[in-house]
Amino acid sequence: MALRAENLAVIRGDRTLIEGLNFDVGAGEILHLQGRNGVGKTSLLETLCGLRVPAAGYVAGQPDAAARHWLGHKNALNPMLTPIENLRFWCALHEVAAVDVDAALMRVGLKTQRHKPCGHLSTGQRRRAALARLVAAPRPWWFLDEPLAGLDISGLELFGSLLDVHLANGGAAVVTSHQPLPANISARALTLRGRGTAAAPMETA
Amino acid sequence: MNAAWAVFQRELLIAARRPAEWMQPLVFYGLIALLFPLGLDPQNASLRLFAPAIVWVGALLAALLAVERMFRGDLDDGTLEQFLLAEVSAPLIVFAKLTAHWLLIAAPLVVAAPVIGYMLGLDALSLRVLTLSLLLGTPTLMFTGGFAAALTVGAPRAGILLPILVLPLMCPAVIFGAGAVRAAQNGLPYDAPLYFLAALLVLAITLLPWAAAGALRNALE
Repeated sequence: MALRAENLAVIRGDRTLIEGLNFDVGAGEILHLQGRNGVGKTSLLETLCGLRVPAAGYVAGQPDAAARHWLGHKNALNPMLTPIENLRFWCALHEVAAVDVDAALMRVGLKTQRHKPCGHLSTGQRRRAALARLVAAPRPWWFLDEPLAGLDISGLELFGSLLDVHLANGGAAVVTSHQPLPANISARALTLRGRGTAAAPMETA
Repeated sequence: MNAAWAVFQRELLIAARRPAEWMQPLVFYGLIALLFPLGLDPQNASLRLFAPAIVWVGALLAALLAVERMFRGDLDDGTLEQFLLAEVSAPLIVFAKLTAHWLLIAAPLVVAAPVIGYMLGLDALSLRVLTLSLLLGTPTLMFTGGFAAALTVGAPRAGILLPILVLPLMCPAVIFGAGAVRAAQNGLPYDAPLYFLAALLVLAITLLPWAAAGALRNALE
């Protein structure tokens, strides 16, 4: 189980964001994508996940739909529906067999809030509701775009422990984040530097 | 299949939380039908002549009013990404969503049509043909509207683009739909336009979900 990018190029609109990028991620590893705003982290993540077609090069070993989690910077929560309804719908959409939706939401710290429409929740609470998908359906590949945005201190701890369990079970993750990942996690950093990323050395943190 | 059913149910649930939104086209439809006789002389016999056109154009405008927002919410909150990344095929999801929207928005129009037609002075046979033509034609309107909504959802200000895109595609349904009712009114055979409507319906529900799914994928890129 390994995801490998070879000579990858990513284009958004008519702008080339990334060219000639090579890296690989294997089981039990976290790749932390870094770089300034607009450098193409999200576009790269979308390409790895399959939402976007690479402009050149290819991604080998792309996990299939049932083996990956995608958590974009949007939470995919309908504001009219409660976290319970949203999570139930997500499970049905992805044909995940009946899971304990309540337990997953409790795990991410939504107790009374799980009965309120998502539109009434705070940014951090909505993020937690989205993270509950990672708990509800264990999948080997996580693609997370700014998962820490809006989370409080206990939220960071929660994310750290989720990631810990995930790695211990042989999972892998590709994460973009401007904040440092929780301290207990050892991630490999890949810093994007705009065009000509090919030349940028892979930095290991 | 379960996934498509879940999408269908979710649309109904969201609509139940926001009744004003799905009632709006029906109210709009009623207003058009009520105001038209007021603008004309209600005793005027030509009202009956215009009735098929009033009911059909009213249905088209009401449907148009509702389709623009069809995919907007899912794009804004990120559900669209989840749709396209799910194992289930995207056209099936689009099909489920459009069917739910037909049930929420167009089916009430079909039910209201005989009442409105009666009010405008249509006879029993014409009312039957009118209802049948709307039953066959409104899914075509919703599916073409949904396709155009998928095409324009990525554009920031698609307000005016959508009607321009969609009107030529919806014209055949109106021509054959109102044509069938006119034929029935004049004692002419009305089955040919109804068959045309049925053919358009089959074309719309088999082809447009694929086209709309492609457009949605494009909207994300």
